[in-house]
Amino acid sequence: MLAFTLRRALQAVGVMIAVGIISFVMFRFAGDPVNQLVSIDTSAAQRAEIRKSLGLDDPVLVQFARYFADAAQFKFGVSYQFRQPVAQLLKERMPATLELASVATVLAMTFGIMIGVYTALRRNSWLAGVLQAISLIGISLPTFLIGILLIYLFAVVLGWLPSFGRGDVVRIGWWTTGLLTVSGLKALIMPSITLGLFQMTLIMRLVRAEMLEVLRTDYIRFARARGLTTRAIHFGHALKNTLVPVITVAGLQFGSVIAFAIITETVFQWPGMGLLFVQAVQSVDIPIMAAYLLVVSLIFVTINLVVDILYTIVDPRLHHTISRGA
Amino acid sequence: MTIRATSLVVTAACLIACATVPASAQTLRYANQGNLTSLDPYTLKETTTIAHHAHIYEGLVTRDKELKIVPALAESWETLDPKHWRFHLRKNVKFHNGAPFTADDVVFSAERVRTKGSNFLSNVPADAKFVKVDDNTVDVMLDSPNPILTSQWDSWYIMNKKWCEDNDSVAPTPASATSPSYASLHENGTGPFMIESHQPGVKTVFKVNPDWWRKPEHNLKEIVFTPISSAATRVAALLSGEVDVIEPVPIQDIQRVNASDSATVMTGPELRTIFLGMDQSRDELLFSNVKGKNPFKDIRVREAFYKAVDIELIRTRVMRGLSTPSALMIAPQLFTLSKEFTRPKTDPEGAKKLLAEAGYPDGFEVTMDCPNDRYVNDAAICQAVVGMLARIGVKVDLLAQPKALYFGKVLQPGGYKTSFFLLGWTPASSDSHNVLHDIMGCRDDAKDATRGEANLGGYCNKELDALADKVLIETDSAKRDQMIKQAFEIGIKDYSYIPLHQQALAWGVSKKVKLTQRADNQVLLYWATLQP
Repeated sequence: MLAFTLRRALQAVGVMIAVGIISFVMFRFAGDPVNQLVSIDTSAAQRAEIRKSLGLDDPVLVQFARYFADAAQFKFGVSYQFRQPVAQLLKERMPATLELASVATVLAMTFGIMIGVYTALRRNSWLAGVLQAISLIGISLPTFLIGILLIYLFAVVLGWLPSFGRGDVVRIGWWTTGLLTVSGLKALIMPSITLGLFQMTLIMRLVRAEMLEVLRTDYIRFARARGLTTRAIHFGHALKNTLVPVITVAGLQFGSVIAFAIITETVFQWPGMGLLFVQAVQSVDIPIMAAYLLVVSLIFVTINLVVDILYTIVDPRLHHTISRGA
Repeated sequence: MTIRATSLVVTAACLIACATVPASAQTLRYANQGNLTSLDPYTLKETTTIAHHAHIYEGLVTRDKELKIVPALAESWETLDPKHWRFHLRKNVKFHNGAPFTADDVVFSAERVRTKGSNFLSNVPADAKFVKVDDNTVDVMLDSPNPILTSQWDSWYIMNKKWCEDNDSVAPTPASATSPSYASLHENGTGPFMIESHQPGVKTVFKVNPDWWRKPEHNLKEIVFTPISSAATRVAALLSGEVDVIEPVPIQDIQRVNASDSATVMTGPELRTIFLGMDQSRDELLFSNVKGKNPFKDIRVREAFYKAVDIELIRTRVMRGLSTPSALMIAPQLFTLSKEFTRPKTDPEGAKKLLAEAGYPDGFEVTMDCPNDRYVNDAAICQAVVGMLARIGVKVDLLAQPKALYFGKVLQPGGYKTSFFLLGWTPASSDSHNVLHDIMGCRDDAKDATRGEANLGGYCNKELDALADKVLIETDSAKRDQMIKQAFEIGIKDYSYIPLHQQALAWGVSKKVKLTQRADNQVLLYWATLQP
């Protein structure tokens, strides 16, 4: 068990190093940051001086070593455009992203499971057909389009919800939350629906398929034969057994929700890490880009690692194979 | 009428009045596509940032609604002789922290703006020596006469000496600062507004400075600034009434905004000139199928390119009527004699003949460099030019890239790696000399290393350079204008560049807001009034 965990942790470190290398290579094609820092009529001598002080004139290998050494200690340096430490900028923006991603995931889980169960149990009803069709839209329409459509409808035409921003936030320690104010909650609605729609349709389709599968199994038939109520069979036995894969998928998807928040945050001017990243790409703010990619991959890797370890605890069969394999 | 009845009437009146004037009536909400990254006024010379800073900081001079230089922190000034200026400072002006404004602050700011890390080095000439005469008088000594000394001082803002010293901000935050700077997160200006809170890239709140020395023209208590980078969201925020002013409105949304009940678009010609340039310096073009020679060295080829461009078509189709075709490399507002210039007619047939005479009857191939996120519809303009040149047989490969990559390739540090390009230019000094010197001057001038640094095509005519040098020191404005005219005529005769147009400003403004639009695209809300 310990060997397994260690091995997985080592693999995670390998993934992080790979991400670091890939992102470093990418930055070399993003353009010259100096052009974004100064006006076009800045003299060549000044430009050269700035390049030098940013360390952009050093050999590639030196730059790479420096980048890696700093990243390993979570020293992300100072943003070129804001002249603030990147770690602090990320810390300020992280609550917005995590809150949005969590609300979106909760929404996706709740409605995904509910609709999934409904369409499985009443799969011949017209409503189930309609819901299935809608889920196709959710899976195939791009996020930014859904976001802009929602903004147009609910902000411009109806005027019910704000079109951008986070509303008023309450500060609790270093964390900021929009969950405690009316305007904050209103501001959350459209972005979280936009962000969660894809996950919701995914979960819905997964629940439906799993549920149909489980309903055909022997133990459900035996339960029916024993004369248990339909309610107990559907929700006590079938649904419970459906949820294991669903929770796994939702957990793994949480990482991609955070990563995909880039688009939603740009559309809604949501002041999170994703928006910071997009702004950084436009102005070739390499320290922010590097830090963001590492943080997001760290979140991904951590979730995967936790899920892997949890599996071995939850499922003894897996544990057995691992011990024998090791 | 009894006292009671009177008080009832008063109460009722107040109820009505109080109900119709909500507390936030004088908060103006403004969204721009760009960020306000630093509050330090010497770190980024860029229109939006300078305009933001203009609300909190002031210079010795400022520009009025017609862009004329007018007194600000300097009450008046005189030239004792062409190399000796005297500035009389305004009395009883206070910084936001209460410190009085004195000559020491001016001398200090003149130092600070010219130290390493400042992006405004060219705003104050390097040879200008600032000498304090008394608390309210400053002398400026120059090595050579400079008739446009104050022309860039409207964006050179005065900072408080003691405040900078106390907060370890004596030097401007260099672009490369490795530790955060106090002055980039805090301010201490003399301007009409103060910063209440500043979250870089998220939201900045300005509140009115009650002790401002000037009588405000605005009726605002507060300005809330939010950057909204997505154009669709910015327009939606204006239409839904969540913000009062946005800049810019994308061209394709102008009609939609104007059709709404709540907002309109203010448009007008901007000062920036968009133009095409050709590599005239290399012996062989970097990106062309013509080997062993450079077709652009032949003036007939340049003339052919000029005549092939149908500027009316660009104006009506690409810019949807929102551009002003230009005959000059400077905006007409900035040069008094600009009316004497007209653009040669579009003539594709003539262009074809010129090409044939030059030895390219079947045209040739050349790569065009173009930014796609810098100017209004920049890539679309280039696309149109490609089509127009195809009509005279020239095959253009268009390389349209984000500005980060584009500028990295074509500017001096990238080695001017371009054969044919589109660029935009606003003279920082609002004066023709800047255009003649920076983009029409010869490169590799032994005496003046910065001459022609933005002359990407390497056009060179020593006659023009000689005139530019005279323009720099001529103090008689009528004579000076004639010299500028002569210089521009040389550039036109040589077909040095192909000026296209001034793009249009497009500000989305709620119908509740009255605002003055200045041609340099600075959104200055201290001229805004907001109806409740």
